[in-house]
Amino acid sequence: MNESAAKKTKKLFVIIFSLLILILVMFFVSLSTGAFQISPGDVLRTIFGNGTSQQELVLFQFRLPAIVLALLIGAGLAVSGAILQGITQNELADPGILGINTGAGLAVVLFMFFFSGQFAPGSTLAVFIMPVAALVGAIFAAFLIYVLAWKKGVNAIRLVLVGIGVNAGFSALLTIFQLRMDPQSFRQATVWLTGDIWNANWNFVLALLPWMLILIPIALYKAHSLNVMNLGDDVASGLGTSVESERRLLLLIAVALAGASVAAGGGIAFLGLVVPHIARKLMGPLHQYIIPVSVLVGALLLMVSDTIGKNLLAPTAIPVGIIVAILSAPYFVYLLMRTK
Amino acid sequence: MREFIHHSSMSKVIINILAILAIIFSIGLSVSYGATNIDLKTVWQAVFNFNPELTSHQVIQELRLPRALSAALVGASLAVSGAIMQGMTRNPLASPSIMGVTDGAALALVMMLAFVPAVTTAGLVSSSFIGAGLAVALVFMVGSFSPGGLTPVKLALAGVAIATMLRSITSIFSLHFNLEREMGFWLAGGLSGTNWTSVNILLISGVVGLLIAVGISKSITVLSLGEDMATGLGQNNGIIKIFGVVAVLVLTGAAVSVAGVVGFVGLIVPHIVRFIVGTDYRWIVPTSILFGALLLVLADVVSRLINAPFETPVGAITSLIGVPFFLYLARSSGGGK
Repeated sequence: MNESAAKKTKKLFVIIFSLLILILVMFFVSLSTGAFQISPGDVLRTIFGNGTSQQELVLFQFRLPAIVLALLIGAGLAVSGAILQGITQNELADPGILGINTGAGLAVVLFMFFFSGQFAPGSTLAVFIMPVAALVGAIFAAFLIYVLAWKKGVNAIRLVLVGIGVNAGFSALLTIFQLRMDPQSFRQATVWLTGDIWNANWNFVLALLPWMLILIPIALYKAHSLNVMNLGDDVASGLGTSVESERRLLLLIAVALAGASVAAGGGIAFLGLVVPHIARKLMGPLHQYIIPVSVLVGALLLMVSDTIGKNLLAPTAIPVGIIVAILSAPYFVYLLMRTK
Repeated sequence: MREFIHHSSMSKVIINILAILAIIFSIGLSVSYGATNIDLKTVWQAVFNFNPELTSHQVIQELRLPRALSAALVGASLAVSGAIMQGMTRNPLASPSIMGVTDGAALALVMMLAFVPAVTTAGLVSSSFIGAGLAVALVFMVGSFSPGGLTPVKLALAGVAIATMLRSITSIFSLHFNLEREMGFWLAGGLSGTNWTSVNILLISGVVGLLIAVGISKSITVLSLGEDMATGLGQNNGIIKIFGVVAVLVLTGAAVSVAGVVGFVGLIVPHIVRFIVGTDYRWIVPTSILFGALLLVLADVVSRLINAPFETPVGAITSLIGVPFFLYLARSSGGGK
């Protein structure tokens, strides 16, 4: 037992190390590509303070914050998905499919709709209030889904179906409110809803960072509860875990992670679904391994998607959520075909 | 078979006659209501005693009448598509929008607009047929390759995934070729662009699709009892399914090419209709035609009322009506186990 645990830890370190190298490579690729090309050499020179002022502006004010945001959002959504899959014992759970993303989206759009006059877009105050609005929306959506799916307990399949329905309803409301907005907010909202790291600036990074730094370690600390829950409710309560309260706490963490990520990155679907699967395939069913690997795979996937989105049809920038969906939806369908 | 007895033929005939009257009334409402309200007497004269000198007559003949008729035909087409899909798959959640059919049609449309800018209306309609067909094929492929077949949940999930993917590819095309405006109309679902050409397209496809649907309705009733049962009764299920898929394609393809993605009509109407007329598809199909038409004509009126003078996409209205229904179904039939 001890030996295999040691082996597992070693494997974890190898995988983490390889992922970090991949992230580093993609980091430089992403920094140097885009509508305005900067060679990798120039990227290095600029980072060490020897670039032209134009290069410095592009790198430090536009690309770097966007990439850091992509890393944070990818990690947040992936961990959120891992937790949701763990607590619902449903491999197909994901903040996007359950409608939590759309709930956050609706709250943000309502916020833009009613208060866009009061705050200049991208202003510091708006940037910090936005995640709060998204969080409120995400919690409301999660609460609604939980209540509607409740029928002598919450059945995992019913949860997913109710999520799909709630999602559709929120989307319809979104369309109605969006069409009543002024053209500028409308465009902003549209791009945002397809999942885009819009308005990437350091303020957003600062707004998102604390959420991730606090919530992801808590999730990791709760990994044991997730493992126990995976055994099924009966076994879990037999083993002395107070299942319902632990589940609610973890649900809150997952919803908060998704809400904050959506506030910064919009409605990115499927990422939270696919990444935990990859992590599980790499590391097996234990959450103390799944969560850290999910953080890195999620960050990597979103950064790669963002880079593809910037370059595939340049100068047309494709919102990152679209790329994520095209990359991961086939994998989701594959999972569906394999699930009984 | 016992369910049939509860609904006597007489009451079903009466319900259908009432539905026809309601449709006529709501079409009248739809035609008379607009940026300038026109009283029903003028509407009557514009239809039966057309005077090209009068602006109000022209508005009715050129804009409002084709719109109201298109709404009725689109609603009828989608409702019958849904009824056929639910009967054939024995799946309460089957419907054109849940299964990504409408998104497939939208993708084919955007590709035509992008690569063949001079495309004719006929070209657009046929491309949306093909797109709808490919999406149906995709969803069914997922179903047949998975162990245990298509459970309602799997179907809904596969539909959501395939729809999201198709919609994503559609967005890429519309972003790259600057077609957001054209596609926005289709994706949100609306009837503001309809004219007599739309009515003609819908009429032709509607007649073809509805005839097939009525023709196979008895066999669908048998099929909905289960495939083994149907085979045991000597029915060739393969041929029925092929006819059913053709009818769904023709009906959905035409509806989407005219009105875009109008969700939930195909899902909810057959359920309401089954509740009223029972489980015999010889009654379900014609009654779905009427109820679908009625629902969409009224939804279109609401879409113009809710935020006047601006139009709200009719697809958003049907979603808001359909979601509670979907949730109810998810709680009762889909979520049992």
